[in-house]
Amino acid sequence: MCLAVPGRVLDIGEKDGTRMATVDFGGVQKEVCLEYLPDLQVGEYAIVHVGFALQRLDEESARQTLALFEELGMLQEEFGDPWEQAAAQAGADSPWPFADGPFGGEATAPQHVQEEGRP
Amino acid sequence: MKYIEEFQDPALARRLLDDIHATVTRPWALMEVCGGQTHTIIRHGIDQLLPEQVELIHGPGCPVCVTPLEVIDKALEIASRPDVIFCSFGDMLRVPGTGRDLFQVRSEGGDVRVVYSPLDALRVAQENPQRQVVFFGIGFETTAPPNAMTVHQAKKLGIHNFSLLVSHVRVPPAIEAIMQSPSCRVQGFLAAGHVCSVMGVSEYPELAARHRVPIVVTGFEPLDILEGVRRAVRQLERGEHTVDNAYARAVRPEGNPAALAMLEDVFEVTDRAWRGIGVIPDSGWRLSARYRDFDAEHRFSVSGINTREPAECRSGEVLQGLLKPHECEAFGTLCTPRSPLGATMVSSEGACAAYYLYRRLELGTVPAAATTPQEASPVV
Repeated sequence: MCLAVPGRVLDIGEKDGTRMATVDFGGVQKEVCLEYLPDLQVGEYAIVHVGFALQRLDEESARQTLALFEELGMLQEEFGDPWEQAAAQAGADSPWPFADGPFGGEATAPQHVQEEGRP
Repeated sequence: MKYIEEFQDPALARRLLDDIHATVTRPWALMEVCGGQTHTIIRHGIDQLLPEQVELIHGPGCPVCVTPLEVIDKALEIASRPDVIFCSFGDMLRVPGTGRDLFQVRSEGGDVRVVYSPLDALRVAQENPQRQVVFFGIGFETTAPPNAMTVHQAKKLGIHNFSLLVSHVRVPPAIEAIMQSPSCRVQGFLAAGHVCSVMGVSEYPELAARHRVPIVVTGFEPLDILEGVRRAVRQLERGEHTVDNAYARAVRPEGNPAALAMLEDVFEVTDRAWRGIGVIPDSGWRLSARYRDFDAEHRFSVSGINTREPAECRSGEVLQGLLKPHECEAFGTLCTPRSPLGATMVSSEGACAAYYLYRRLELGTVPAAATTPQEASPVV
């Protein structure tokens, strides 16, 4: 929720009288509201927070940030399946408690993890 | 990760660190307010790369962590009702209320749905006119404008089966509260960049001047954090205390005027309880009188809430920077991300979770049997 991700505007339209856009985040596409940046144009980058473009960003900064997020598995964390992540964290399916693994990439399951119960 | 080679631009990281090392002549304590920054700092071992004299105190800027227990309990009660579809951001699912969480409510049959954007929750309300749809509106000044726009839309389109359970918090009053505390050791602040991209920086000069602390608006990437620290240390060494914007690529001094206008219309400032800290005056937003009809607390008479925090949990002290996560007796034993006692162990932006993920082996606070080498972060 708290991660703000730079994205590139692919096209702009309207829904229920609201200015909306399709925005690309390093391969993941989402519907994003442009009401707070009404003059944002196709091809431009903006910082997007929970489906709203909040501030313009230059292309180079945006690309660098996206590359870093990609490398750290943070895009998966932001746009992956939240139920899977919560289940993993609860220890239902995976012994690693977070969506991203300890090395910032794929979650690597430890060989044997002792369940931490309460004494 | 404690290796400078792993930064995106190792040469720049080295230059920033060299400058900090060359500038520091005595101990300084800085607070990074935002949980996103805490996560970056611990994940990349930034605190370990800095000179020993520079201490980073982790602040209360994780909205998941500071949402009051009674609000979580209200959410759980509302989400359990058969006539309700309860929508939330994914990171609220495992925050412990009194005895359970939203994840559990769903497994018990509650209709809990995770949305990417609050507008998605409004769409759910449009598609389900016979059900009550409630969105869990939490967060700092960054999530408040999206939630404000959504309520504004609901009113404009006449979608009356939609409501918002609001628990918004604001950064500047939290900084004020931290500085007021008698045990406060903070001498400078890294202010949360994205909060400022919405709000601008106008609220900070007065705080910086009155408390004589530098406030440096800082981004979230490792190099951003180093630059924020560098500028704060430079000011401290010179005896200055001004507001400095080290995140100019995303923060304009005036913020986002359209978002500010919407916040002004939809919300009004109120006192807010912060989990683990207590009530901070004027530190929250609630719906203004014009939008009171869309307030879930008014719509659902949530009663008989009897909240209880686990006695072992010291997250309140962690959130105020009085205690480092691993100094809590429950850390890594009674309290883990899989069975968290407090919210600071749930959210990946919580300081406890960040320490658990990236530090617990080197801290040696966890019984050996509970960990394996593969679980460790790559630090030696």
